[in-house]
Amino acid sequence: MPMGPSLISRLLSPLAAAAALAPGLSRASYGLDMLPPASPIASQIYDLHWAIMWVCVAIFVVVFGAMFYSVFKHRKSAGAKAAHFHENTTVEVVWTVIPLLILVGMAYPATKTVLDMKDASNPDLTIKVTAYQWAWEYDYLQDGVKFNSNLATPRAQIEEWEKTGAPKNKDYLLEVDNAMVVPVGKKVRLLVTANDVIHGWYVPQLGVNQYGIPGFVKDVWFTADKPGIYRGQCSQICGKEHGYMPIVVEAKAPEAYAAWVKERQAKSAPAPAATAAAAPAVAEDSNKVWAMAELMTSGEKVFAANCAACHQASGKGMPPTFPALDGSKVVNGAKGAQIALVLNGKPGTAMASFARLSDAELASVMTYTRNSWGNKSGDATQPAEIKSARK
Amino acid sequence: MSATTHAPAHGHAHDDHHAHPTGLKRWLFTTNHKDIGTLYLWFSFVMFLMGGVMALLIRAELFQPGLQFVKPEFFNSLTTVHGLVMVFGAIMPAWVGFANWLIPMQIGAADMAFPRMNNWSFYLVVPAAILLVASFFVPGGAAASGWTLYPPLIIQQGISIDMTILAVHILGASSIMGSINIITTILNLRAPGMTLMKMPLFVWTWLITAYLLIAVMPVLAGAVTMLLTDRHFGTSFFNAAGGGDPTMFMHIFWFFGHPEVYIMILPAFGVVSAILPAFARKPLFGYASMVYATASIAILSFIVWGHHMFTVGMPAAGNLFFMYATMLIAVPTGVKVFNWIATMWQGSMTFETPMLFAIGFICLFTIGGFSGLVLAITPVDITLHNTYYVVAHFHYVLVSGALFSIFAGIYFWLPKFTGKMYHEGLGKLHFWLSLIGFNIAFFPQHFLGLAGMPRRIPDYALQFAEWNMWSSVGAFIFGFSQLLFLYNVIECIRSSRKAPDNPWEVQDSLEWTHLPSPAPYHSFETAPVVK
Repeated sequence: MPMGPSLISRLLSPLAAAAALAPGLSRASYGLDMLPPASPIASQIYDLHWAIMWVCVAIFVVVFGAMFYSVFKHRKSAGAKAAHFHENTTVEVVWTVIPLLILVGMAYPATKTVLDMKDASNPDLTIKVTAYQWAWEYDYLQDGVKFNSNLATPRAQIEEWEKTGAPKNKDYLLEVDNAMVVPVGKKVRLLVTANDVIHGWYVPQLGVNQYGIPGFVKDVWFTADKPGIYRGQCSQICGKEHGYMPIVVEAKAPEAYAAWVKERQAKSAPAPAATAAAAPAVAEDSNKVWAMAELMTSGEKVFAANCAACHQASGKGMPPTFPALDGSKVVNGAKGAQIALVLNGKPGTAMASFARLSDAELASVMTYTRNSWGNKSGDATQPAEIKSARK
Repeated sequence: MSATTHAPAHGHAHDDHHAHPTGLKRWLFTTNHKDIGTLYLWFSFVMFLMGGVMALLIRAELFQPGLQFVKPEFFNSLTTVHGLVMVFGAIMPAWVGFANWLIPMQIGAADMAFPRMNNWSFYLVVPAAILLVASFFVPGGAAASGWTLYPPLIIQQGISIDMTILAVHILGASSIMGSINIITTILNLRAPGMTLMKMPLFVWTWLITAYLLIAVMPVLAGAVTMLLTDRHFGTSFFNAAGGGDPTMFMHIFWFFGHPEVYIMILPAFGVVSAILPAFARKPLFGYASMVYATASIAILSFIVWGHHMFTVGMPAAGNLFFMYATMLIAVPTGVKVFNWIATMWQGSMTFETPMLFAIGFICLFTIGGFSGLVLAITPVDITLHNTYYVVAHFHYVLVSGALFSIFAGIYFWLPKFTGKMYHEGLGKLHFWLSLIGFNIAFFPQHFLGLAGMPRRIPDYALQFAEWNMWSSVGAFIFGFSQLLFLYNVIECIRSSRKAPDNPWEVQDSLEWTHLPSPAPYHSFETAPVVK
C-alpha cells in the first residue's frame, strides 16, 4: 500500500509546517512511518502494517462516525428524547461475526510471513552474534572472521553534565567502530546468543529483532536488498549501558564483501582455518614484548571502549555496583588474580568475562589500570602472560 | 433490577448503635468497607503522584538527546519502579477502593464478607509500597531491570531486588485476600432478588477480576520466589549454566502478566457501563452480552501470554497460536465498544465530567485496542517489540483506559461518597487538560516506535529528538493537571454544595435509588428486596 505513508504525511504536513516555524525547530524531522524496508521480510512487514492500519482506520471511521453523530444529535440540549431499547440479537450477532471475518482475512497474509521468517534453511552465510554487556561480537563461521563491535560515539558528546559542549555526530549513538558487513542478495543466517544477560539484536530495516539469550542459540535470517548502511540498537534492557550498544550492518556488493573478508582475514593471523573458534578479536603476535609506554597508550583506549562505562574514566567507579579501580585491592594486588578476574568475570555481578578481547588488548588495559590514578605498581603486563593464563 | 419501598434514609436510624473510634484509631482499626475503600483510594492517589514524579523525571531526561539530569542506571531504576508503582500501587489499589465502596452498596449488603481481613488487606499494601520506594535509597539503587524483572539481569543487582521481591509477595497476599473477600461478598451477601444477572456490571467485572487475581497472583509469587532462590540459595531455575532457562521466567511472568492487564481494565469496563446509561438516560445496551464478553476476555487472557515473547524465537507453531489467540480478543472487546455506542445511540445525553471521561475512555481505549491489533500480527510485533510503539500502546489502554475511567468513577460517585457536588467547571477543565496533555505525550510515541526507537533508553539518536520533545511537553501538561484533580476532590469535600440523593437520576443501582447522599456509615443493615 504505497500511498499510505504519503497520504498521512500530507494530512499532517500543516502541523509539521507550523512546528517548523517555531525557532529551533527548523531542522525538524517528523518521521511518521516505518523506515523504508531493505529486505524481503521487512517489505512484507511494512505491507502487513499498512494493511492492518487501513483496517483500523476503516473501523475507526465507521465506529466513531456513529458515536460522534450520536453525541451531536442525541443530546438533551438538542431536544433528544431517550429511546428505551436495550438489546437486539441480530445486531449483536452481526457485530460479532464481521470482526471475526476481518481477523481471518488478516491472519492469512500474516501467517505466510511468520512461516517465511522462521525458514532460516539453506543460508549463504552464517554469522554467530554474541551479545555482551555492552558490545556485540560477530563471528563469521565460514570465513573465519571474528571481531567486536562497540559504540563509536565519544563519551564527551553523551555526558552533557561534563559541559564539554561537544557537538553531536550525525549518527550519534548509532555508530560503531566495526560494522557487521554482509553481501547484498545473499541469505544471511544469524545465530544469536548472549554471554551475560538477555539482549536484543534489532535492525528494523532488515526486519530482524531477536533476543540473545545466555546459554541458548536462536536463529534468524535476512537478505539485504541493496547496498547501504542499516542501523539499529539493542532492543532488550540489559543494564546500565543498554542505550549505548548500537548495531550497524553494512551491505556490500558480493565482490566488495569478498574483498572485505580478505582484508579482515589478513588482519587475523595466525591462519583462521586452524584456530577459528579460539581466535581472539584482533590477533597480534602474542609473543612480542611491548614497551611500557606502548602498553599505556593502547591501554587507555581499550579502557575507554570497554571499562570506562562502569569503572569511569576517573577509575572511581560507581560503588557499590561498579567498584573503584583506583586503590582497588585486586588491581594493586598480584597480577594473576586480576588476569583471572578479567578473563572469567565475576558471577552474580555486572563484571563480565572479557576473554573476547585480544591478548594485547588485555595486557595493555591491565598495565593501564595498574599504573593510573593512584595505582603505582610500576609493572607491565605482557600479552604472553595473558596467553598463558587463558590455558 | 430495582425498587423496594424503603425510604432512602433508612440506614441513618441505626447509625449510632455502636460507637466507633475517631481520629487515627478509626482509620487504623476500621473494618468498615467505606473507610477501607477511602483508605485504598487515597493510598492509590499518593502512589499515583509518586509514580508520576518518576515519569516526569524520565520525560525531563528524554526532552533532549544526551544525558542532562540522571545517570543511565538511575534512569533504569526510574522506568522500573514507575511501572511497578503505577501497576501495583496506583491502578490496582484504586480498583480495590472502588470495590470496597461500591460492591456492598450495589448488591444490598451491609459490608464485605470478611471485614477484619479487609483491614489487613489494606494495611499489607502500605509496607509493600514503602519497600518499593525505599529501595531507591539502598546501596546499588532500586531495581533497574524493567518492571518485568527478567533474569539474569536482575540477578546482578543488590539488596533492592530482595526488597522488590518481598514487596511483590506482600502485594500478592493482599490481592488474594481482597479477591477472596470480594468473591465471597458477591456470591453470598446479595440482597433477596438480586440474581447474578441483575447485578450492576461493575460487580460482574470485579467478580471476574477477582477470579483472575486468585489464578495469577500465586504464579507471580512462584516466579519471584524462584528468582530469590536463584539469587541466594544456589538454585538455577533461570540460569542456563545450571540447566535452567531464562526464557522460562518470561513464560511464567507473562502467564501472570497478561491476565494482570485485564485485572486493571475489566473494572474500568464496569465503571463505564454504569456511567454511560446514566448520562444517556437509557438502559445499558446488551447487558447479557457485556457479561459474556467480559468472561470471554478473561478466559482468553490465559492463552495469549506468548505475544509478549515473539522475539524470543519460539517455534512457528507457537508464534501462530499466540497470534491467533491474541487477535481473537478483539472480538469480545469490539462487542463491548459497540454496546457502549449503542447505549448512547438515541439517548438524551448530557456531558458532565464523568460522561466526558467515559467518552474519552471509549475513544482512547479504542485507539489502544487498535494498536493492540497491530501488535497482535506477529511479524509486525517483531519489528515493533520493545520500541516506543509498545509504550504508546499500553499507556493508551492503561492511562486513557484504566486511569480515565477511575477519574470518571470518582467524579460520578463523589456525591454519594461525600454528600457534596464537585465543581463542574473545574472537573471539565481537568478532563480537557488531561485529554490534551495525554495525547501530546503519547500519540507521538507511536511514530517514535515505528521509526525504531527502543524503550528504556536514557538517550537517543538525533532523528528521534522532535517527537520526544513533544512527548515531554505533553507529559508535563498531563502530570501537573492531576494536581487540579486533587484540588477538585478537596474542594468538593469542603464545599457547601449539598448533593441530592440521586443527582444523576440513575434508575437501576441500589446505591443511588435506596441510599441518601452521603451514604450512611452503615448501609443496608436490613437487606432491600430487589424485584
